[in-house]
Amino acid sequence: MAQIWLKDRVDSAFITQTVCLDDVTIRFEIWDTAGQERYHTLAPMYYRNAQAAIIVYDITNQDTFGRAKSWVKELQRMAPPNIVIALAGNKADLPTSRRCVEYSEGEAYAEENGLLFMETSAKTAMNVNEIFVEIAKKLPKKEVNNGQGGRRLVETAEAPKTSNCCK
Amino acid sequence: MDEEYDAIVLGTGLKECILSGMLSVSGKKVLHIDRNKYYGGESASITPLEELFSKFGSTLPDEVTFGRGRDWNVDLIPKFLMANGSLVKLLIHTGVTRYLEFKSVEGSYVFKGGKISKVPVDQKEALASDLMGLFEKRRFRNFLVYIQEFSEADPKTWKDINPQSATTAQLYDKFGLDPNTKDFTGHALALYRDDEYINDLAIHTIRRIKLYSDSLARYGKSPYLYPMYGLGELPQSFARLSAIYGGTYMLDKPVDEIVIENGKVVGVRSGTEIARCKQVYCDPSYVQDRVKKLNQVIRCICLMDHPIPNTKDALSCQIIIPQKQVNRKSDIYVSLVSYTHQVSAKGWFIAMVSTTVETDNPELEIKPGLDLLGSYKKKFVTVSDYYEPTDLGTESQIFISTSYDATTHFETVCTDVVNLFKRGTGEDFDFSKIKLEEEAS
Repeated sequence: MAQIWLKDRVDSAFITQTVCLDDVTIRFEIWDTAGQERYHTLAPMYYRNAQAAIIVYDITNQDTFGRAKSWVKELQRMAPPNIVIALAGNKADLPTSRRCVEYSEGEAYAEENGLLFMETSAKTAMNVNEIFVEIAKKLPKKEVNNGQGGRRLVETAEAPKTSNCCK
Repeated sequence: MDEEYDAIVLGTGLKECILSGMLSVSGKKVLHIDRNKYYGGESASITPLEELFSKFGSTLPDEVTFGRGRDWNVDLIPKFLMANGSLVKLLIHTGVTRYLEFKSVEGSYVFKGGKISKVPVDQKEALASDLMGLFEKRRFRNFLVYIQEFSEADPKTWKDINPQSATTAQLYDKFGLDPNTKDFTGHALALYRDDEYINDLAIHTIRRIKLYSDSLARYGKSPYLYPMYGLGELPQSFARLSAIYGGTYMLDKPVDEIVIENGKVVGVRSGTEIARCKQVYCDPSYVQDRVKKLNQVIRCICLMDHPIPNTKDALSCQIIIPQKQVNRKSDIYVSLVSYTHQVSAKGWFIAMVSTTVETDNPELEIKPGLDLLGSYKKKFVTVSDYYEPTDLGTESQIFISTSYDATTHFETVCTDVVNLFKRGTGEDFDFSKIKLEEEAS
């Protein structure tokens, strides 16, 4: 599971990861924000039909916790109302001396705002699988049919003749 | 911001976002800025509905309930994608199509003698159409068969007309088409906006009719596609491509000066910050002193709670009013999208009527289009200037896109982008530089 965090993210618009929960298989399609969050320029496209979001901050950097909070507000304002939001305090493997955001601080904020909360380590993979499992538990069990019936465009090798919808 | 870039792109309209994507993919370090706090510039889809009302200086009325404001994504310019056109090819070759979903536009109509009829595109429809009399139907059918069998590479299919030297008028006369048939062929199939094409080479008209019929063959119903959530998804998707290849994005960032040294651009200033660069790519609104106004386009957005009458309750359609039908020089276009595309609240429709302005009373000019709509609950009118750059940008290294024209599709958008890329980099865009991921398992 850890490889999805450690993998070279350049050129990867989507990463997929499957989580098994009892007799249900859940496939996560994870969108890389490609740095567009840096100047707060994440396009609305990212929120469309998103069922879950993980907001990650660095427990050794108070600024990142502040920014994580503003992202929570943004998602609550823009994302679909039933989105599952998880807050992850990352770099939990580092020595306690470097910690700037207390566990209780993250936990309390998450509780106030109805978020899932875990401290994680992308380096050691601590809680990485777990956070996906926790999200999976909160997702609606039925396959979500958004009923929009849009189609993806695909290339056709042969001359266009009939419908080549692939959705 | 105080860094050095290969290129700074100003404005996040569709053209600028495609360019930004192409430049980043080609290994250039790109900074992409917009003065607005949203993506899309002129080609944005405005959301929520309150934002659209405030953009036009009004507020949501209490007496009409337009549903949930967040469900609305209202385009500022009306365009559809030709299913076999350049933008679809660009979306597929860049992989950007993965971020988008589309629906086919349900119907394509043409206005004649006070009413609208379906545009006939194949032999069967030609024979059933109420646009022509019996003998004319046969002549038009022969013309369609000729176009269908025509191959540029095979002179045998040209019959006894050389499309590289003959005019479109000569092509029409060879098939004995009457003025009425010429009119809907040129305007509703070849999608010319005025009648100047009549004296242009026949090959150009043939290519355009082929684009229409090849597009129609892809998904049926009509040759047009429309993205879910509105046209504003297109610039966002290309911006994402640019970001994945390292492009930096800043919205809501004022652009105070384009810094020039010795006649050549060296940077862009915002407040006290200066980002240095070798080139600037931008839309006309960022360089008012380097563009000239050619004409104006009027666009009228109508929010309605019903489909357009006489379109078999289509949830999306296009109606072309050829200029001659209403004694004009340029066509009037009507387009309709609706809640099925997630651009409006349930049960709502968005119609857009547009044309190139010919008089000093543009609102009166679009009346024939508005008359087709039936009632509407709210109307927003814009008259925009159409700008072109005054030079090619070779000296200043400032490459300026043209404004969005009155055409109903994206073909001229793609031509402009491809030209700008070539002018700026001296190269054609190399699609092989995009590493498409393998399909997720």
